[in-house]
Parts: sequence; C-alpha cells; structure tokens
Amino acid sequence: MFPALRMQGRERTALTQPADEMSKSERPNPLFRNLNAKVASIPMILTAMVVFVGGTVWTVLYSFTNSKLLPRLNFVGLDQYYRLWATPRWLISIENLLIYGVISLVFSLVIGFLLAALLDQKIRFEDTFRTIFLYPFALSFIVTGLVWQWLLNPDFGIQHVVRDLGWTSFSFDPLYNSSIVIYGISIAALWQGTGLIMCLMLAGLRGIDEDIWKAARVDGIPMWKTYLFIVIPMMRPVFITTLVIIASGIVKVYDLVVAQTSGGPGIASEVPAKYVYDYMFFAQNLGQGFAASTMMLLSVAIVIVPWAYLEFGRRK
Amino acid sequence: MRYKLLTAALAATVALQFAGPAAATDLEVTHWWTSGGEAAAVAELAKAFDATGNHWVDGAIAGSGGTARPIMISRITGGDPMGATQFNHGRQAEELVQAGLMRDLTDVATKGKWTEVVRPKSLLDSCTIDGKIYCVPVNIHSWQWLWLSNEAFEKAGVPMPKDWNEFVAAAPALEKAGIIPLAVGGQAWQSSGAFDVLLAAVGGTDTFLKVYKDKDAKFAAGPEVAKVFKAADDARKMAKNTNVQDWNQATNLVITGKAGGQIMGDWAQGEFQVAGKTAGKDYTCLPGLGLNEVIATGGDAFYFPVLKDADKSKAQDVLAETLLDPKTQVAFNLKKGSLPVRGDVDLNAANDCMKKGLAILAKGAVIPWTDQLLSQDSQKQKEDLFAEFFAKPELTVEEAQKRFADLIASAD
Repeated sequence: MFPALRMQGRERTALTQPADEMSKSERPNPLFRNLNAKVASIPMILTAMVVFVGGTVWTVLYSFTNSKLLPRLNFVGLDQYYRLWATPRWLISIENLLIYGVISLVFSLVIGFLLAALLDQKIRFEDTFRTIFLYPFALSFIVTGLVWQWLLNPDFGIQHVVRDLGWTSFSFDPLYNSSIVIYGISIAALWQGTGLIMCLMLAGLRGIDEDIWKAARVDGIPMWKTYLFIVIPMMRPVFITTLVIIASGIVKVYDLVVAQTSGGPGIASEVPAKYVYDYMFFAQNLGQGFAASTMMLLSVAIVIVPWAYLEFGRRK
Repeated sequence: MRYKLLTAALAATVALQFAGPAAATDLEVTHWWTSGGEAAAVAELAKAFDATGNHWVDGAIAGSGGTARPIMISRITGGDPMGATQFNHGRQAEELVQAGLMRDLTDVATKGKWTEVVRPKSLLDSCTIDGKIYCVPVNIHSWQWLWLSNEAFEKAGVPMPKDWNEFVAAAPALEKAGIIPLAVGGQAWQSSGAFDVLLAAVGGTDTFLKVYKDKDAKFAAGPEVAKVFKAADDARKMAKNTNVQDWNQATNLVITGKAGGQIMGDWAQGEFQVAGKTAGKDYTCLPGLGLNEVIATGGDAFYFPVLKDADKSKAQDVLAETLLDPKTQVAFNLKKGSLPVRGDVDLNAANDCMKKGLAILAKGAVIPWTDQLLSQDSQKQKEDLFAEFFAKPELTVEEAQKRFADLIASAD
C-alpha cells in the first residue's frame, strides 16, 4: 500500500539479528550475565516480592476472615464477599468507577492526542502552550479537587458568576446533583490529567521519523489519513504506556473524590478505593475492607491478564 | 498473640522502673476537638494538667472523629502510642483494650472513688471491660437536641415551635421567607445521628432500645419504626437545600438565621456561645425534640495507651485524676456545652439549655447511645444508609426501612 514506508520497517529488523548470534557463542552461565545489573536490582526484587506479592497474599488470605479492628485468622469463608456484593454502596462505587473509567480513558486519550497533534503543526509559541496545558498536572489531586469544588459550588462558583452576569435561571451544580456528580468529578480529573497525556503523545509524535512524513507525502496520502493509519499504529508503545498510566489512575481514584465531595451527595460519588479505606479504618472491619480490595485486584487482573497473554504469550 | 506478648513485656518494664523521680513530663494528648467552642474547652483541660507540673502536648486532629479515630488507632497499633487519647466511650476502643494495648486504670479509679462520684453509672460501665476500668469519662454528650433560631422564626412570622411536630408544620412558612427549615450537613454521621434522635423522640425510648439494644429486626420493619421513617422523610425534605458539609457550618446557618433549626448534639451549644448568643433570647433548645425528654449518655472519654516510659505512665495517672477533678469538670463542660460526669459539682454558671439537660439527668431519664450499643461496623453501615436516604429523594421510605431492618438483623 505505502511502498516507501514498508522499506523502513524491514531494514530495522534485519539490523538487530547479528548481535544476538554473537552473544550466544560465548556465555557460560546465563545466571551470571550482566551480574552488576542483577545485583543492583535485588532490592527492588525483594521489595516487589515481600511488599507487593507478600502484602497481596496476606490481604487475600485475611479477606476470608472476620477480622475487625485487628487482623485475626478466624475463617468465615466467602461471607465478606456475599456481604460486599449485597451492599448498595459498593454497587454504586463500581458503577461510578466504570463511568469515571470510560470517561477518563476516552476523553484523556482523544483530547490529549488532539492537543499534541495540534501542537505538532510547528506553531508559534509552542513552549508556552505546552507549559499551560501541562501546568494542572503539577497540582495534586487534593488541590485540583478543592479548586473544582469551589468552581462548581453553586453559591460562589461558575453558576454564581453566570447568574451575576444576568442569566438568573442558569443552573450548573454537578457536585450537588446525585445523578451527575460523577461527571463533575471527571471534569476535574480530565483538567488535571490531559496535559500529561498530551506530553506523552507529543513525545511519541516527535519520535516518528521525519522520513515517514516525507514518504507519506510522496505517496500522496492526506494528513489526517497519515495520522490515523500510519502515525498512530507506529505510536503503539506510547499508547500502551499512556493506557497503563491512565488505567492505574482510574482504579486508584480516591483523593479527588474526597476533596471534591467526600462521596456525597449521600453516597452518590463513592468509589471502591474509598469503600476499602472507610471499612478498614472508620468501620473497624478489616475483613470487609480486604474483601473489597481483593475485588479491586481481581478487576485489574481481569483486564490485565488477557491483554498480557495476547501481548507476550503470542510471541513465543 | 503478638500484642499480648508485647504488652506483657511493656508491663514488666513499667513495673521495674516505677520508682523514677517525679518531674515535669510531656504527655501528648490526641483529640478531635477543633471547632471554636471545642478548642476553648480543651484549653481548660490543658491548663489544669499544666498546673500539676506536667506539660500537655496538644495533638488535635482536624476533621471530626471519623477522620481522627483511624489515625489514633493506627498510631496505637503501629507502636507509636500517644500519652492519652480521646474516644467516645463505648465500643470504639473495645478491641484495643482486649488486645492489651490500653492501660488498666482500676487503681486510680479506686483511689479517686470513681464508682461513687461518676453519674450516671452507665458511663463508667462503658469504660469497664471484664471488671477493669480502662477510660476516664469527661463529659456527657447527648444528641437529643433541636436548636432553633429565634431570628429565623421572627422573620418568617411564625411562633416558636414547642416540639418537632410544630416545627414540621412551620416549615412551609420558613421556606417562603427564604430560610432553610432544617440544616443537616453533608457528612454521613450527621444524617444518621439525626435519624437516631428521631427514633428516640418520635418512636420513644422503648422503640429505641428494642431496635438498637435488642436488635429486633422484625420490630424495625414494623409500623412503630415506619412512623419514625415518616418523620425522617419530613426531615430530609426540610433539609434539601443545605449546601454545607461540616456540622459547625450547619450550626452557623442557625446562628445567622439562615436556617430555622438543626438536630445536633449539645456540642453545638459551644458554637452558639463562641458567637456570643444567649440561650432563650437568640436561640432555643428543645431536648428530645420536645417530644420525649431523654438524654443519651454518650460522650467523650480519655483512654491511656500502655507506655514504656515510667515517667509518662505516672503522668498518665495524674492526667486521669485531673480530668475528673471537680474544678476541671466545671471549667471544661461550661465551655464545651456538655454535662459534667460528676453529680457533686456546682454548675450555677450553666445556661438555660444546660440546666434543662441537668434536670433531665437528675430525673434519671437517660438512655444508652449508639456508640455504646452498636459496633463501629454497624454504625458505618447505618451512616451509609442515611447519607443516601437524606441525599436521594428517589430512595423511598419503604425501601429505606427494609434496608434498615436488614441492617439491624445483621448488626452486632
């Protein structure tokens, strides 16, 4: 389809082959290869094994107990899970997480990429725009949440300003309306997060060889098509990095909700991470909190495992 | 268990070093008293403790008990205990005591004859586990109050209500005058507390005890409790325009006449006092919502974690005595707006509302409070339910009552 482009890909794979052949002939024990690097990574491996894996196993184990304030090995089977899935607040949390997840995934990718593509048009003052777009990311979620809590407060935020301008029936109070509060929270998350996504995308776009663009022009492909069918597929690694960053941000969302609504009105903007925290510490019911966090782990695993299988399993 | 071993080791070191010299000792005291009235009250405790030659290191944790308790508990279980810490007496610290992390104060209690001076007796009972005393109650806080703004009712042109029913009837007039009839802050414990007050006031003492003490789920699903849910439905309609979170912001709406009233514990009185308002003239209080004049004997108590340092342990004893000292009791409770735990103190300086409370207490019309009856777990579930109920008009009364009954069935 695009002959000039095809060439490039072929060349690259051909170059990497001989290096592998050479190392194969002279290695006594693969265990001692790159010994320095292996020694250096021992602390991290230990941390990962003890803190992450160990902590996870411990949490899952205790989620089958009736531990209250202090952990106790008194097994009650799946009771905590039955209770969890019968709790309206947990169901609302899951629903909110799904809505929030879809919104932040779709919009931060789309807006982030669009901003990056626009900045990539060799415009003037690019540095200035980049700084402006990235600035919100310098703020923590707590600060972001507070700022947007004020902006969206009907008594002195956007609604108040517009009403003062003359539109007295104007109403915009997403944080005080149970049915749309999660969207109000998403606005703040997008405002804070898209700048970073834009930067990652921009780096990806800059990583595309200038020759690709030239080749595409030689083939007479319109610019939008070049982006959609050539540049984006080539940016696959960048997209995967971005996806991981966004997805981990979605699952752990907590501080933003606490700062903006603390779960309210009522329990309309609760999220799973907050359920875990509240039940572990406020309700002094560790078992229930562990069960909820195990469910969070499980939901991440359901997304990651098939993807990892496709990504890494297929190559072997 | 690990904690038991640790405690045994700690107790041994304490016993060995007990003959240390008496000197000024710093003792960190954590609490969640941070609003204006509360801070003024806690300063009285600090003053009294400093006067004994020791030093009160203030460890205030902002953001109400719900935020503060997890921090306190993690410090104690994590091996960084403070000198003393506030909890609501009852079941909040139950497991910490059972794990041997709290000091047994029975000796200090016997010396100070606490069993004779503390009244009502139920206060000390909730500090007692297996016959040993583990905490010092400092005040009686009752939730059963309706605070009304005289200014708001004048503005609306309706007479001051004498009970909850009249208040509900006056709501339309208040709304017409642009006043929020009932202020309920957004924090979950406020709506859940308001319901408990309605349960005791509209339902009556027996209903309250049957639900929370006997945990009778069938009764909780029945017509008696349905009446209470009807009242709670009125309350949420009256409160729907409150756009504040914290309880003292809600109280402030009543102080400034922007709201007609608030169901809140007697700690709200401290706020009225700080704002320079007079009971009877600027605001009116109705204990038991004017329907059922009872007082719940919830309140605050200080617990003393087991410490390694012998000097600090000694200072803990001094603090425990100081907290129950008649003079401290009066000074503290006047500022706090709560009732003293001793029956033998002079409270002439008390204002109208406190005198009403004292009279009810003297009559013995007391009930235990949810902190004493329910575990934190059940309380949290209750909070979730009522936070949703107050914020979501689509949640029907019947549905809410059904969920409430389920909750009572599984409560512990």
